[in-house]
Amino acid sequence: MRGDDLQLREEIDHLIAVGDALGASLRLTELWQQETGAAVASFLISRYEKLRGARPFIPHRLAILRSFTLEPVVPLLRAAAFVAGVDLTVHLGGFNTYPQEILDTASPLYSFAPDTVILAVQTRDVARELWSDYADLAADAVQPAIARSVASFQSCVRTFRQQSVANLIVHALEQPPIPSLGVLDAQTDGGQSAAIRQINDGLRGFCQELRGVYMLDYDSLVARHGYAHWHDESKWLTARMPISASYIMHLAQEWLRFLLPLAGRTAKAVVVDLDNTLWGGVIGEDGMHGIRLGQEYPGAAYQALQRALLDLRRKGILLAVCSKNNLEDAMEVLEKHPDMLLKPEHFAAMRINWSDKTQNLREIAAELNIGIDAIAFLDDNPVERAQVRVDLPEMTVIELPADPSKYADAVRDSPVFERLTLSEEDRRRASFYASGRERANAEQSFESKEDFLRSLEQEAEVVTVGPATLARVAQLTQKTNQFNLTTRRYSEQQISELAKRPGWQVVSLRLRDRYGDHGLVGVAIVQFGAESCEIDTFLLSCRVIGRSVETALLSHLVETARTRGAQFMRGWFFSTRKNAPAKNFYAQHGFQQESSDSEGSPWTLDLQKAEIACPEWIKVRVLAGAKF
Amino acid sequence: MASVAQRVHSIASDVFGVPAQRIFPDSSPVTLERWDSTQHLTFVLALEESFQLQFSPEETERIRTIGDAVKLVEEKIQVEGK
Repeated sequence: MRGDDLQLREEIDHLIAVGDALGASLRLTELWQQETGAAVASFLISRYEKLRGARPFIPHRLAILRSFTLEPVVPLLRAAAFVAGVDLTVHLGGFNTYPQEILDTASPLYSFAPDTVILAVQTRDVARELWSDYADLAADAVQPAIARSVASFQSCVRTFRQQSVANLIVHALEQPPIPSLGVLDAQTDGGQSAAIRQINDGLRGFCQELRGVYMLDYDSLVARHGYAHWHDESKWLTARMPISASYIMHLAQEWLRFLLPLAGRTAKAVVVDLDNTLWGGVIGEDGMHGIRLGQEYPGAAYQALQRALLDLRRKGILLAVCSKNNLEDAMEVLEKHPDMLLKPEHFAAMRINWSDKTQNLREIAAELNIGIDAIAFLDDNPVERAQVRVDLPEMTVIELPADPSKYADAVRDSPVFERLTLSEEDRRRASFYASGRERANAEQSFESKEDFLRSLEQEAEVVTVGPATLARVAQLTQKTNQFNLTTRRYSEQQISELAKRPGWQVVSLRLRDRYGDHGLVGVAIVQFGAESCEIDTFLLSCRVIGRSVETALLSHLVETARTRGAQFMRGWFFSTRKNAPAKNFYAQHGFQQESSDSEGSPWTLDLQKAEIACPEWIKVRVLAGAKF
Repeated sequence: MASVAQRVHSIASDVFGVPAQRIFPDSSPVTLERWDSTQHLTFVLALEESFQLQFSPEETERIRTIGDAVKLVEEKIQVEGK
């Protein structure tokens, strides 16, 4: 903590002045890593705001409802979000006025139109009788007090859910640092700690039932950093600010773990180095028996990192290797070392060679069919990390500490790997990619594209969105960048609202082929008017681009539109930096553009004349969907 | 290592959004536009965080100018032997 790197600050201002947005942004990241804290946060925000438009920030609107002073957390949160590529606009609710703000539909909360809302309350504010007054509470008054507390949470959260489609993050209640009765508390059934746990269990119960409502386990956040250090009683009594200066940052970081996935700023894959990252030492020099890897010190640190990476893979995050090494040496470790937890089949792509790292990383992105900005890079070597930051500024570079025993925590701490829901597709993604490699091999041996497509034996299931498919449908709208005509992002709550609106239809497409089940990979959202059918959203997961699935889905939509008496179908293409693969979709399917020189001009298909046949190599089954 | 005064001035420059050359010992809420009660709290927290100190409510009250802040931090560092 130096707070005095004036030279770096001057350099940043100079880079902004000469229009080097990328250079300025790299230096800002560096400054943040050196001095993370309240002072530098204000500097960072004012400079990042000047880079709007010049750097690709994701805008996100956050409202914070609270029962205590949070003003000093906001700059830290905004600075950390900027560093992660998210431009947060923050609305801070009145002090302790959150019930009114939630209940009053005309309150600033709703007119602010937040994407996400945080409800930050403390035990001492919402359950005072169970906090400071616990000793006065008669034994038979404990259960009613718990019930009252859960009910008041519930009414706030439910009312909010009815009024707004925004995501909601609710702080669960924290335990007192020392229970009123001391160690006696743990010896009895109805103790103070047990009562607070019961409220949290109730809270978790109804958060799970509601869409887009997530619980932040505040007690374990505080415990992780230590109750004794976290609290500052004198700041609480004088400024209603309960958290010590050095710990405010940890609350901002915890919020970020929710906000990055909600804003869509996540990593879909992590690319790891081998030597001194997955194991200690250099395989080319130390050999199979010389590298450090195992259950004891010092090899245990590397096993811990491998375990953390396997945990990411279980959340659907792909693993890949990028290493400067002799292929045979490295493969021998991956295949045969008894203490390797990671095996070759766990990796969706591998580049083990002596070529340029940046080029290898680009190739991995292309092979996995994901953007550079969807990749996180893990390497022990600070020089390689700095190089990647400069060459591929969109990529997330994980900052590793010098001590290998902290590698695993650095990975677990990184908010880009957080997920708030897990779909069946996520769980099985890694194995999809393994069978994808077989498919790519097969593709090369066919004479024509049609022969290849025929050989896939594709079967599609088209079904209206329902409770079971909602999470994945929303996730696809949030994450799909390439084959996406309009790139409209929807939360689960918004999708379920749309599906219930009269005249609207949300359909999903599931695809299987001879190599396996791809799961839910396509979404279309359409709105029927008196004579028209308008395409609001039409997208395909990148896993199934180029196998004419889009034609099968469109054919189904055309059929439905005709049945409902529509005369024409209309849609827009909004071009983004990434959706070139979908650019010619309308033209290829016979749509006419009203004015070809304007990007905002719609494409129209005359349903009386046009015929969209489903490709003969895709069998489509239309299933009745479950209602909400 | 920069002096306490230099570091306090640099923190004030970041928190109140004014170049360090325009921060003086007698700078106060009167001369620094952004020094309101919210930024005062942020300033105090930033000082505590940077110097690894904790101020009592009375000490926090005593910070009326940048000079006061420098003096307070110097006193605390001496007392705590940091």
